Amino acid sequence: MSEVRFGQAINRALIDAMTADPSVILLGEDVARPGGPFGVTRGLLDKFGPERVRDTPISEAAITGAAVGAAMTGLRPIVEIMFMDFVTLTMDALVNQAAKARFMFGGQSSVPMVVRMPHGGGINAGPQHSQCLEAWLAHVPGLKVVCPATVADAYSLTRAAIVDDDPVIVIEHKALYAAKGELADSPTATPIGRARIAREGRDATIVTYGAMVSVALAAAVELAQDGVEADVIDLRSLQPWDEATVLASLTRTHRLIICHEAVEAFGIGAEIAARMADVGFDELDAPIVRVGAPFMPPPFAKTLEDWYRPDAAKIVAAVKKTMS
Amino acid sequence: MGRTDPPSATSQLLELYRAMRLVREAEERLGALFADGEIPGFIHLSIGQEAVSVGVAAALQQHDTLASNHRGHGHAIAKGLDLDRFFLEILGKRDGYCRGRGGSMHVADMTVGMLGANGIVGAGLPIAVGSALAHKLRRTGHIAVVFFGDGAMAEGVLHESLNLAQLWTLPVLFVCENNGWSEFTEAARQLATDPQRMAAAYSMRALQVDGNDVVAVAAAARMAVAQIRAGEGPCLLECKTRRVRGHYEGDAQKYRDAGDIATALRNDPLVRCEVQAIAAGAPQETIDAIKAEIADRVDAAVATARSGAPPAPVDAFADVYSPTHELPS
Ligand SMILES: Cc1ncc(C[n+]2csc(CCOP(=O)(O)OP(=O)(O)O)c2C)c(N)n1
Ligand SMILES: [Mg+2]
Repeated sequence: MSEVRFGQAINRALIDAMTADPSVILLGEDVARPGGPFGVTRGLLDKFGPERVRDTPISEAAITGAAVGAAMTGLRPIVEIMFMDFVTLTMDALVNQAAKARFMFGGQSSVPMVVRMPHGGGINAGPQHSQCLEAWLAHVPGLKVVCPATVADAYSLTRAAIVDDDPVIVIEHKALYAAKGELADSPTATPIGRARIAREGRDATIVTYGAMVSVALAAAVELAQDGVEADVIDLRSLQPWDEATVLASLTRTHRLIICHEAVEAFGIGAEIAARMADVGFDELDAPIVRVGAPFMPPPFAKTLEDWYRPDAAKIVAAVKKTMS
Repeated sequence: MGRTDPPSATSQLLELYRAMRLVREAEERLGALFADGEIPGFIHLSIGQEAVSVGVAAALQQHDTLASNHRGHGHAIAKGLDLDRFFLEILGKRDGYCRGRGGSMHVADMTVGMLGANGIVGAGLPIAVGSALAHKLRRTGHIAVVFFGDGAMAEGVLHESLNLAQLWTLPVLFVCENNGWSEFTEAARQLATDPQRMAAAYSMRALQVDGNDVVAVAAAARMAVAQIRAGEGPCLLECKTRRVRGHYEGDAQKYRDAGDIATALRNDPLVRCEVQAIAAGAPQETIDAIKAEIADRVDAAVATARSGAPPAPVDAFADVYSPTHELPS
C-alpha cells in the first residue's frame, strides 16, 4: 500500500498495461512530450517511446476514428480527449463506428479501444469545459462507460478498460486528479459492471458515482448525526450498471436517492429510477428522488458554479424528503 | 484445351475484365432483386465505376486493409469477398457476412482485410488512417486503402485524416472516386477546389487517372502502392469517373440531363476493357466464356441467398458486446 494521487494511479495503470501488452498505444493532444494537460501521461514517452506514445494534432474526430481502425488491425489504442466537452467532435467514431462494428459486422471484429476523458466542474472552467455528458454515451449500445471515484478504482477500472475487447469510455473527474488515496503494491483490474458499497446503512440508499461519491459520503456522515444511516453505492460502471447491487440495497432500505453532477433531466439517474420503479416497486416506501445539476449549462463564476453542483446539503435534503 | 497461353498483357487484361464483369454482374442482379422487392432498405450501385475498385484492388495484397463507403459493392467483391455470403447479407439472411445486421452499406470481411462499407460519408478515412498506423507500428508490411466519393471531400474528418496521414507518413492510399455527383448535387456546387489541390495543401502526393480505364487505374495504383509500401507515406489517387445509375436504386435522376448519363454509358469501362483485350489478341470466345462463367457464379450465389434462413432476433444480442472474459491479475 502506498498513498498516491488519482492521476498517478491512472498513470500507473497505463504504464502497467503498456508493459504487459505491446499492442497498447496512446494517442492524444499533448499526451507525449508535455505529459498530458493534467499530467496523467507524464513519463510515458520516455518509457515507451514516440511510436507508442503520440502527440496528435487537434483532430478529435480523426484520432478517435483512427483508434477504431487501429483497434480493428491489431492494436489496443487509448485515446485521451482533453475535456469531455470535446467528445462532441468524436461522436461519429464512437457512436456509428466503434460501438457498432462488432454487431454490425456479425461478430467478425472487436474494437478494443479506450477513450479517456475528464468531466465535471469545480475548477471554474465554464460551460464548454465542465460538462458531464456520460448519459449520452451510456445510451449507446456497444459502448461501455466507467467512472472511477477512488484512487484504487482509477487504477483498476483503467486496467479493466484496456483489456476489455469492446470500446470503453473512462470518465475521470478533473477535480479528482489531485485527490490522494491508497493504492495496493500490486493492484489489479476490477470487473466492469460491479458497484461498490462505499458505506453501509439501513435507512436509505444513495446511488452515485465519480466525484459525487465523496460528497454523498459527507452527506451520510451528516445524516448519521440525525440517526439516519445511508447506504452509499458507488456505481463505478455506468454501462453496464450493477442493477443487482442497487436492488439489493433498496430491498434493505426501501428508499432510493440518486445523485450525479450531470444535469438531472434525462440522466443516468433517470434510467436507474425507472428500472427501480419497475423491478423494485414493491420495496419502495417513498418516491425515488434524484439530485443533479439544474437544467442549464455549467456556469463559470465561482458563486454560480458552487450553487450549480450538487453538494452534501442537497443530498441530505433529498434523503430527508424520502423519510418525511 | 490445346490452346497456347495468351501473352501476359492479354491475360492481365482478361483478369481485370473478369473481375469487373463479376462486380457488374453482381450489381445488375442486385438492381433486379431490389426492383423485385427482394432486398430490403436501399442500395447504391457502382455500375460504370468498376474500373476504380478493380484497378485499385489489382495493386493490393490479401492482408492489406480496406475501408469503404456506401457505394461499396465493387470494393468488397474486388477485395475477394465470398459471393454467397455477400448476397446472403444483402438479402438480410442469417448466414450473411454480418448475420443480416448490416446489409449493403456494412458488408465486411476481416479475413481479407475488408474493414467494412460505411453508411457515414467520410467515416472510412480515419479508420483507414488508424489501420495504417497499426500496420506501421506492427510492421506488417501491409497498407490501408480507403475509397470515398467526391462528396466526402467536403467532410471535416477527411481533412483531419489527410493531415494526420501525411504528418505521420502512414502507409495509406486515399482513393477518391470522383463521379461528379453527391446524391443529387454536382461536385462543382459543393467543392471550392478539387482533390488534387486539397492533397497538395497537405503536401501529399496525388495522382489523377481516367477512372474508366482499368489498365490506367491499375498502373497508377501499383505505382502509388509501391511507394507507400516503401515507406514514402500516403498518396491520394483521384479516379475520374461517372455515376451511371441513380444515387440509389429507384432514383429517377430528374435532376440530371440525359446527355450526362449517355456520356457515362458510352464510356463503359467494361466495353473499353473488352475492346482493349480483343485488340491485344484475346479471342472473343474467351470473353464470352468469362461472361457465361460469371453469370453462372452469380446465379448460384443468388440462389444460395434466396434460400438462406432469416436471422433470429434471439441471436442478435450475442454481438452487441464481446463475450466476457477473465481479467488478468
Ligand atoms: C455524414 C453523412 N452525411 C450525409 C449522408 C447522406 N449521403 C449518403 S451518400 C451521399 C453522397 C455522397 O457523395 P459521394 O461521396 O460523392 O459518393 P457517391 O454517392 O457519389 O459515390 C450523401 C450526402 C451520409 N450518409 N453521411
Ligand atoms: Mg460522388
